[in-house]
Amino acid sequence: MTVLELVAVSKVYGEGPAQVRALQDISLTVDEGELVAVMGPSGSGKSTLLTIAGTLEEPTTGDVLVAGVSVVGMSRNDRARLRRRSIGYVFQDFNLLAGLTAAENVSLPLELDGVPAKSARAAGLHALEALGLRDRAASFPDELSGGERQRVAIARAVVGDRGLLLADEPSGALDSVNGEAVMRLIRAACQRGVAGVVVTHDAQLASWADRVVFLRDGRVVDQTAPAAGPESLLSPNP
Amino acid sequence: MRPRGQPYDTEYVTGFGCALSVRHALLALLSEGPKYGLQLRQEFEARTGEVWPLNVGQVYTTLQRLERDRMVESDDAGDGPQKGFRITRDGEAELAAWLRTPPDLSSPPRDELVIKILIAVQVPDVDVHEVIQAHRRYLVQLMQEWTRLKDYTADRDLGFGLAVDAELFRLDAVVRWLDAADGRIKRASLERLDTERLPLPKVARKAVVRP
Repeated sequence: MTVLELVAVSKVYGEGPAQVRALQDISLTVDEGELVAVMGPSGSGKSTLLTIAGTLEEPTTGDVLVAGVSVVGMSRNDRARLRRRSIGYVFQDFNLLAGLTAAENVSLPLELDGVPAKSARAAGLHALEALGLRDRAASFPDELSGGERQRVAIARAVVGDRGLLLADEPSGALDSVNGEAVMRLIRAACQRGVAGVVVTHDAQLASWADRVVFLRDGRVVDQTAPAAGPESLLSPNP
Repeated sequence: MRPRGQPYDTEYVTGFGCALSVRHALLALLSEGPKYGLQLRQEFEARTGEVWPLNVGQVYTTLQRLERDRMVESDDAGDGPQKGFRITRDGEAELAAWLRTPPDLSSPPRDELVIKILIAVQVPDVDVHEVIQAHRRYLVQLMQEWTRLKDYTADRDLGFGLAVDAELFRLDAVVRWLDAADGRIKRASLERLDTERLPLPKVARKAVVRP
């Protein structure tokens, strides 16, 4: 099932000579269980694509469908509810709230959505446990390592069975071993059925995706072919 | 691989674009303790077989050479697979020296991809960015395959995980170079356009108008 669909999406900022065409005619579908990486240099429109996919911004033209429902023209409240229930974000700098524990950070989106505190907390602990952080639930962000903070951010993004995970340079300033751990977790979430989109300029992160889409000057210029089996690299004479 | 008949033609096998010294790999296995020929062959295959395919005969010929060079000693119990080997002081010194000797990385390799991009910049009517993207896509696809392989197997095999990481970092460096080339070529062409569009500098025009 298609979870995210961008249909001929364009985004223009400003007018006249100062006009910037950030995205031009982008069409992209991401299915349940699929992880797509969007690669491109700075200024190629990666982050704009992610904010539009996450319904934080509206496209100038074109349509965005989340789980088959068109987002364009939806009221602000309906869009906010859709975001809370269906879409999880992982940011480069984690964006955890410093005054809340790991467990409170993770359960916050559910509580904001009206889920009773007790159930929200149980779901939060469950999400932390899935990421190996059960024993850090009562820790505050400044008591966690960079890698642990990012795992909390991923737990917060997938808590409550949200079907769409959007990540912007999710390994941030982490070293390559921790960065790999982050991608393994995002991939594991996708294997459980979440549709994931990771935007990055880092080929090693992108290579964890099922499909890599290349963005240049606001346009999709290319994408990788469907995955070959790993055995193709293990022929006797590579 | 070197052609047959050359000295040491069985001492190296290639894989990952580099040579593995069978000689030093065997010394490393023997540094763990005495082993039988068959055992060495099996351990060698188990530890490197998937990445560096090897003709098993190479193990025995190399062991004979190591014994001749006094790097290993055997228990003289015939020539069969049950013959036992142990490493000597010389062998240990050789292994330690080899581990710490950096490979020669001082001169850049002749890189076909670099040459292709340098030529693409020169050829009229070639979209260099499209050429770069074709190579970038190929490399990222290759990285996806290695990553998938790592995902399947590397957790269970540290050595294999390290070898795959090395390949991923190598390919990643090539992608980064392509990204840098892409940006540099784009900036250079924008600067050229600007220069072409620029009116003559004011000072120059004044100089022309003045009698």
